[in-house]
Amino acid sequence: MPAIKTIKGIGHRAINAVWRIGMATRFFLLTLRYSGTGFRRFHLIIKELFSTGVMSLIIIVVAGLFVGMVLGLQGYETLKRYGSESALGVMVALGLVRELGPVVAALLFASRAGSAMTAEIGLMKATEQISAMEMMAVNPIARIVAPRFWAGVISMPLLAALFSAVGVFGGYFVGVVQIGVDEGSFWSQMQAAVDFREDIMNGVIKSLVFGTVVTVIALFEGFDAPPTAEGVSGATTRTVVTSSLAILMLDFILTAMMFGGS
Amino acid sequence: MSSSALVEIRDLNFSYDKRPVLQGINMTFPKGKLIAIMGLSGCGKTTLLRHIGGALKPTKGTISFDGQMMHELDQDELYAMRRKMGMLFQFGALFTDMSVYDNVAFQMREHTDLPEEIIRDMVMMKLHAVGLRGTHNLMPSELSGGMARRVALARTVALDPMLIMYDEPFAGLDPISLTVVGDLIRRLNDALGATSIVVTHDIQESLKIVDYVYFMANGVIVAEGAPDEIRASEKDFVRQFVHGEMDGPVPFHYPGGSYRQDLSLRA
Repeated sequence: MPAIKTIKGIGHRAINAVWRIGMATRFFLLTLRYSGTGFRRFHLIIKELFSTGVMSLIIIVVAGLFVGMVLGLQGYETLKRYGSESALGVMVALGLVRELGPVVAALLFASRAGSAMTAEIGLMKATEQISAMEMMAVNPIARIVAPRFWAGVISMPLLAALFSAVGVFGGYFVGVVQIGVDEGSFWSQMQAAVDFREDIMNGVIKSLVFGTVVTVIALFEGFDAPPTAEGVSGATTRTVVTSSLAILMLDFILTAMMFGGS
Repeated sequence: MSSSALVEIRDLNFSYDKRPVLQGINMTFPKGKLIAIMGLSGCGKTTLLRHIGGALKPTKGTISFDGQMMHELDQDELYAMRRKMGMLFQFGALFTDMSVYDNVAFQMREHTDLPEEIIRDMVMMKLHAVGLRGTHNLMPSELSGGMARRVALARTVALDPMLIMYDEPFAGLDPISLTVVGDLIRRLNDALGATSIVVTHDIQESLKIVDYVYFMANGVIVAEGAPDEIRASEKDFVRQFVHGEMDGPVPFHYPGGSYRQDLSLRA
C-alpha cells in the first residue's frame, strides 16, 4: 500500500537522521579526545589555518565590503524617514557585529572552507589514504581531523571580526563619503552605542559556535562519505546545505538567548 | 601454533550483511616466505588482508600475528601490532599533499624520535632501494603509476616491518613496471627477512616470485601449492585461471533468465 510505503520511508529517514546525529556527536567527542596530539604538533594546525583561514580572506573581505555598503545605503534610506541619519553608524555596526558578521561569514566559510574540507577528506578516503594511515598505526582522527577542527574553530571568529570591520568601512564609505552623513556623529554614536560585552563578545560567541558546528559537519561528512565520485560530491553538497541550515537555526536560538529578553 | 609461522588463520568465517564472504579459511604464512593469495575479483582476497591487519573482525575463527590474536586487541594494542606490519595499497595511496620524501618519512616522524638528519639518510636509502632517489622532491601527482607504486613500496618498508602485505600490486602497470615491482617485492622480502603476502590476480608475474600460492573462489580456498604444482595442476578452476580460459567453473555468462524471453522470442 502506498500509504504504508510512505510512512515506512519517513520512518527510515528519521532513523537515519538520528543515527547520523549520533555518529556526528561521537565523531566530535573523538575529535576532542584526540586533540592533544594536534596541539603537541602545532605546525599541523598552522598549516590548516592557512588553507581554511587565510585562503578564505578574499571572499570574506569582498563580501564584507559589499554587505556593509548595502547596509549603509538601506540604513540611510530608512533612517532618513525618521530624521535619524546620524544613527547610521550605530545601525551598520550593530547589524554587522551582532548578526551579519557572524552569520554571513559562517555561511561563506561553510561554502568555501567547509566544502573544501569535506572534498579533501572524502577524496583521501576514496584513494585509501585514510586506510593507509590507519595501517601505519597513525590515528586519522588525531592526524587529519583534529588539526582541521581547531583551525576552523580558531579562524571563524577572526574571519567574522574581519567581515564586520570591513563591513563598517563599507557602510562608512557609502554613508559618509558618498551620501554625506556627518562623519563625527557616524563614529561617535557607534562608539557610544556598541557595547563590548553585550554586542562584540556575543558576536564572538556566535562565530565560535558556528565555527565549531560548520567544521564538525564538514569533517564528519568527509569522513563518512562513500568512497566514490558520487559519494564525495553528495557529501560536499550535504556539508553546505546542513551547515547553512544549522547556522541559521543556531543563530535564532543564540539571538533569543542573548538578546531575546532585553 | 608452529613456531615458524608468523601469521596463522584458523576456520575464519566472515559475513557482510548476512552474506558469507569468507568461509572456513585455514592458512599459514611461515616467516621469511612470500605467499600469494589469488582469485577472481570479489572472491574475498582483500577482505582477508583486512582481517590480518585487524581492520575487520571475523564472525568466527581466529587470526594470529606474531603470537597475538589480532581480533581480540583493543585499539592501542592493535596499533602496536600494526607497527610491525606494512601494507601496499592497490594504487599506492600516497598522501597527495606531501612530497615523495615526506611520504616515505611519514612513519619515521610519527613513530620515532629520530633526528631529521638520520631520517633523511633513511629516506634516501629506502628510495634508492626502489630506484627513485631522484624523485624525493616531486609530488605524487608528478609520478607515473609504476613510480607511485614504488614510492609507496619504499614507504611501506620504511620501518622494516616483519610482515608486508600487498593488495593488487601489479594492477594497471605496464610490462616493465610490472617486472620491476615484482622483482622489488621478492628482493625486499629477502633483504629484510620479512614475510610477504601478495593479493593478486596477476598469475604469470606472481608465479615467478612467490614461494607458495593459495587460490580462493567464493570465499573458500579451492587450491594451494608451490608455483610448479599450480602450473601443473589439473583442477578445473586452477587450469582456467592459470591459462586464462574463457569458460570453465567460472562461467562466461552471468546468471540470468531465459535468453529467448529477454529477446521476446516465442517458443
